[in-house]
Amino acid sequence: MKILYFAWVRQKVGRGEETVERTAGLRTVGDLAAQLHARGGGYADAFGDMSRLRAAVNQAHAAFDAAIADDDEIAFFPPVTGG
Amino acid sequence: MNANIHIQVEDFDVSEEIDALTAEAPRIGAVATFTGYVRGDDGLTALTLEHYPGMTEGEIARIAAEAASRWSVAGVTIIHRIGRLEVGQRIVLVAVAASHRGAAFAACEFLMDYLKTRAPFWKMEERENETGWVEAKASDDAAAGRWREN
Repeated sequence: MKILYFAWVRQKVGRGEETVERTAGLRTVGDLAAQLHARGGGYADAFGDMSRLRAAVNQAHAAFDAAIADDDEIAFFPPVTGG
Repeated sequence: MNANIHIQVEDFDVSEEIDALTAEAPRIGAVATFTGYVRGDDGLTALTLEHYPGMTEGEIARIAAEAASRWSVAGVTIIHRIGRLEVGQRIVLVAVAASHRGAAFAACEFLMDYLKTRAPFWKMEERENETGWVEAKASDDAAAGRWREN
């Protein structure tokens, strides 16, 4: 899976993207977020309060209970502030 | 309906964009436009806009298609600038061409409300001695939410 981070999520984790192998227990966006949070450091900071995060799967807004698959592009970011 | 969607660093000329939009739909009777600028309140000096390339264009296209399904719209142009913009500079343009003003006004407002709550852009503010990310506003969610009720 390709994982992307934007805005302060990107700053806290210290990178804009990375590749993560999907393991058997990773079924949803929320599972992935919990695994990233467990890495500690900047990840624990970025994923410490999931209510402040939004996600997208394959470039469309997705809820944290949305399913994920091996070749998905998954993004984590704060609520959007354009316009 | 034709949707012209541009994510760009460069400024835009509103008059030229209206001319280009009406050239694509010469039989329309109305164009409504909204232009957003960097507002200089609370000591703000500049904004830096980040976005999610690919998703941004896709999300705006979905929003434009939604507008076209609700109102009789001949064409839209949506331009959103990215990068560092100082107070007073243009950020965003929404222009809607339609046969009548009612559809043009309504679709223009709808597009702006949805752009603010759905399109993946993030603003970082610069003040004299600090920078920080703009927090999403509940009032923007409320503005977008009212379109679901009618």
